[in-house]
Amino acid sequence: MSSIGTGYDLSVTTFSPDGRVFQVEYAGKAVDNSGTIVGIKCKDGIVLGVEKLITSKMILAGSNRRLHSVHRNSGLAVAGLAADGRQVVSRAKSEAANYEKVYGEPMPVKELADRVASYVHLCTLYWWLRPFGCGVILGGYDRDGPQLYMIEPSGLSYKYFGAALGKGRQAAKT
Amino acid sequence: RKPLSPVSAAMDAASSLMGGPSSADAPTDGEHRMGTTIVGVCYAGGVVLAADSRTSTGMYVANRASDKISQLTDNVYVCRSGSAADTQVISDYVRYFLHQHTIQLGQPATVKVASNLVRLLAYQNKSMLQAGMIVGGWDKYEGGQIYSVPLGGTILRQPFAIGGSGSSYLYGLMDHEWKEGMTQEEAEKFVVKVVSLAIARDGASGGVVRTVTINEEGVKRSFHPGDKLPLWHEEMEPQNSLLDILAAGSSDAMVQ
Repeated sequence: MSSIGTGYDLSVTTFSPDGRVFQVEYAGKAVDNSGTIVGIKCKDGIVLGVEKLITSKMILAGSNRRLHSVHRNSGLAVAGLAADGRQVVSRAKSEAANYEKVYGEPMPVKELADRVASYVHLCTLYWWLRPFGCGVILGGYDRDGPQLYMIEPSGLSYKYFGAALGKGRQAAKT
Repeated sequence: RKPLSPVSAAMDAASSLMGGPSSADAPTDGEHRMGTTIVGVCYAGGVVLAADSRTSTGMYVANRASDKISQLTDNVYVCRSGSAADTQVISDYVRYFLHQHTIQLGQPATVKVASNLVRLLAYQNKSMLQAGMIVGGWDKYEGGQIYSVPLGGTILRQPFAIGGSGSSYLYGLMDHEWKEGMTQEEAEKFVVKVVSLAIARDGASGGVVRTVTINEEGVKRSFHPGDKLPLWHEEMEPQNSLLDILAAGSSDAMVQ
């Protein structure tokens, strides 16, 4: 259900009278209208899937990656603006590498999800930045077993058994 | 001549070599050092850390009952040897980082993480620090663990570790006497014996033996007073005065 912001949607640092931040919601729309991604947590691991989008027949196969590995034990599927997604992945990679460098053990998935969510949320706080136009599903396997997290453009992050984003998410969820 | 007082000795910032060659009189104004004997062993179910209690400034014993085993988290402790100030500062930083880490993680930090933080500080500041530490603790993933972080900032996981000046006298003993999978009681008796042997031979170690036992149930601190420690080969029984020797009956005072 779309509603017109009319003046309250010009900046990410403006609330509407009914308490909504429209810019963040519009970022969510970018995700909703994109190719579907799905993640499932199983007893012994995680499965992530992305819809293969062929924007042009001239593109070489495998160069339109929407599924990225973050570290030895975690991976990320991206829905929405692919370029924004690359930034999020890059940040996740560097967080995971840095954690291991400082603490000497692989980064727990919960921590990684927290860091990614904080980073995405950060970009909704300042007028000179725009929110990420992508949502990600993060899957990982650490000491406490397999875990699945979904992070939305607002910075919301929850742990899931199964998650889906993009055009076909309703169909995927049924 | 400067009046000798513990306060002035403690306040003096001039550094001197650890128990090293003394010029003229016995130096008493050096940087606080823990000559030390420190030991950490794994047993079936946890770890026991032990240390002596002598802190010296040159030839003067600044603190004869110091506590060289410091807490980093609920489940991880560290034995400190080398410069007293350096190891205190390292412990303080690591305690602070681990505290934040525990909050973020939502569960107790692992022994490995604690040891890694210690060694990052030790390695990255190696030109400024003189700190030999033994980190020991228990976590639910790997059980009891001992990590050695000696002078250069290496990190090494071992079933047992020794450190400090008194440890030189313990290498052969540990090679011979150490066994895997001791019980808690065996391990505690073993470390007390081992530290008291080092105290007997090392002038920079002495005082009491403190132990800390860490396992799944928690932490237990123990104290073994100096006069209750076993005496070793050629050590004299403590005696009150020469009069006791004379009263013992020999007319020749030079014969015991």
